[in-house]
Amino acid sequence: MKNTTKGLVIVAVILAIVPFVSPNSYYTDLAIRMAINATIVLGLNLLIGFAGQISLGHAGFLGIGAYASAVLPTHFGWHPLLAMGAGAAVTAVLAGLVARPIFKLKGHYLAMATLGLGIIINIALRNEAQWTGGPDGMPVPAMSLFGFELSGDKHWYWVVAALLLVSIWASLNLIDSPFGRALRALHGSEVASQVVGVDIVRYKVAIFVLSAVFASLMGSVTAHYIGFVSPNFADFFHSIELVTMVVVGGMASVFGSLVGAVLLTALPQALATFEGWETVVFGAILMGFMIFLPKGIVPTIAARFGKGE
Amino acid sequence: MLAQFLQFLFSGVTVGATYALAALGFTLIYNASNVINFAQGEFIMLGGMLAVYFTTAGLPLPVALLLAILIPAIVGVLVEKLAIEPVKGAETVTLIIITIGASLVIRGLIQVWLGKATFSLPAFSGDEPIQVMGATLMPQSLWVLGVTAIVVVLLWYFFNRTLSGKAMLATSYNPLAAELVGINTGWVLFMSFAMSAALGALGGILITPITLTSYDVGIMLGLKGFVAAVVGGLGNGLGAVLGGLLVGILEAMGAGYISSAYKDAIPFVLILFILFFMPRGLFGGKSTDRV
Repeated sequence: MKNTTKGLVIVAVILAIVPFVSPNSYYTDLAIRMAINATIVLGLNLLIGFAGQISLGHAGFLGIGAYASAVLPTHFGWHPLLAMGAGAAVTAVLAGLVARPIFKLKGHYLAMATLGLGIIINIALRNEAQWTGGPDGMPVPAMSLFGFELSGDKHWYWVVAALLLVSIWASLNLIDSPFGRALRALHGSEVASQVVGVDIVRYKVAIFVLSAVFASLMGSVTAHYIGFVSPNFADFFHSIELVTMVVVGGMASVFGSLVGAVLLTALPQALATFEGWETVVFGAILMGFMIFLPKGIVPTIAARFGKGE
Repeated sequence: MLAQFLQFLFSGVTVGATYALAALGFTLIYNASNVINFAQGEFIMLGGMLAVYFTTAGLPLPVALLLAILIPAIVGVLVEKLAIEPVKGAETVTLIIITIGASLVIRGLIQVWLGKATFSLPAFSGDEPIQVMGATLMPQSLWVLGVTAIVVVLLWYFFNRTLSGKAMLATSYNPLAAELVGINTGWVLFMSFAMSAALGALGGILITPITLTSYDVGIMLGLKGFVAAVVGGLGNGLGAVLGGLLVGILEAMGAGYISSAYKDAIPFVLILFILFFMPRGLFGGKSTDRV
């Protein structure tokens, strides 16, 4: 069995065991949020780790998905699934529009553009109070599938666990596909990949749109699970958290994404005991990881034991 | 009509001067190390907060202001020594996250030490507004503009007429060649962080009597300074100053004529347009890549 297949099986087994060993709903809730973040980070890692591009506005895309699921069913009576799709479609169009001109540039410019886009989305969510509830946020109607209403952490756990497994499997396949090889090639050397006929702009746009849509869909899922959205969900700091999960776990590592998401979702809970010092400790941990483990946890461990994923 | 326009222009230029100082800080560090320092905004915050702290502690204004510039400069150097130098040559993403980590630490420490309240600083020379063609101009605005202008002239002199300044310029063009002719590039990096932190802090001090300050003002001010630096063409000093003024003026005009709720969005809409249509910024040179 290939290492990646083993990894997939191990994750599946862990996901299957968690609800039975979780002592109470607090831990189930934590596990759900870890799985949601892991799925978002998988998508973001395709962009950062495999295509070598950075997005500082991913929370904005989460926000579009979340608010589509909140606003469309509440104000217009749309079915939640339809609203979710609409959010993803809007995100795809927006991401594509922004990405095309930007990817002809190099360096920090995508970071700048996505940062700007994320902040504009956040400001719009805060100001359009008649639709979004403004800074206070708004409740999200429950999700129902084929007349069956999803509610409570028991239902949602299995939904997000399934989504996570499918995403891992899809990411692993994508990386091994011609598309994935082209992505890795352009991270290695854009010029060389252009020479062998890779249309680098098209590939970069495609992966950016894909990761944005991932984020939007998971934004919808989060909104339905929590039952409430607020603009903080789409703010700059959340974007940073997501990028940090990618880098702490390990860029270009599928299982690194999982480790990063699990650790950084648990971290604020652990830091709550530092009353008032959370920000300082969180910042110090970020810097420490980047200085001492710049390649991220999983690639560092993998290199130590002399085998790749 | 004219009075209203002038009023918006005054407030735009005043806040724009702060963005310009922050943008100069981004430019200095970017030129010396290719790092985008996301902690730049925290130096602006530090300047304002420390100035408030030292003046309320009873220190005479000049001493308080001097300390409020000196301490951020030391913090800037510490960030460089402890966090940037150990990871020389790391990936952009890594560097961005390190500076974001540094900004969280600085902001968090100030929040623990001075709390979450909003503070103000008395204006340096009174609150008697000056009437200019129907618009009012606060004396503090003149302080902001005057000091910024002096700083820009001094920087110009430093980079064009002194050996140290030329050494820093040389390093930004080609670090390896600079090292070969005997320039201590480590010192250049050190100086860049000290100077850009001091510039940010100065901007923060000057604007505090007008806009107030609190532990979390650094994020927005820093990001807008970054926008200004990119608008002017990243790495271009004059561009940074003009970019800062342009961002400030457009923000004030947008807030006045279009929508004050979307005031903070204006710089970011501007940057998207600039990136789409003039990707090297307004004053950035053409560049070609060697393969």
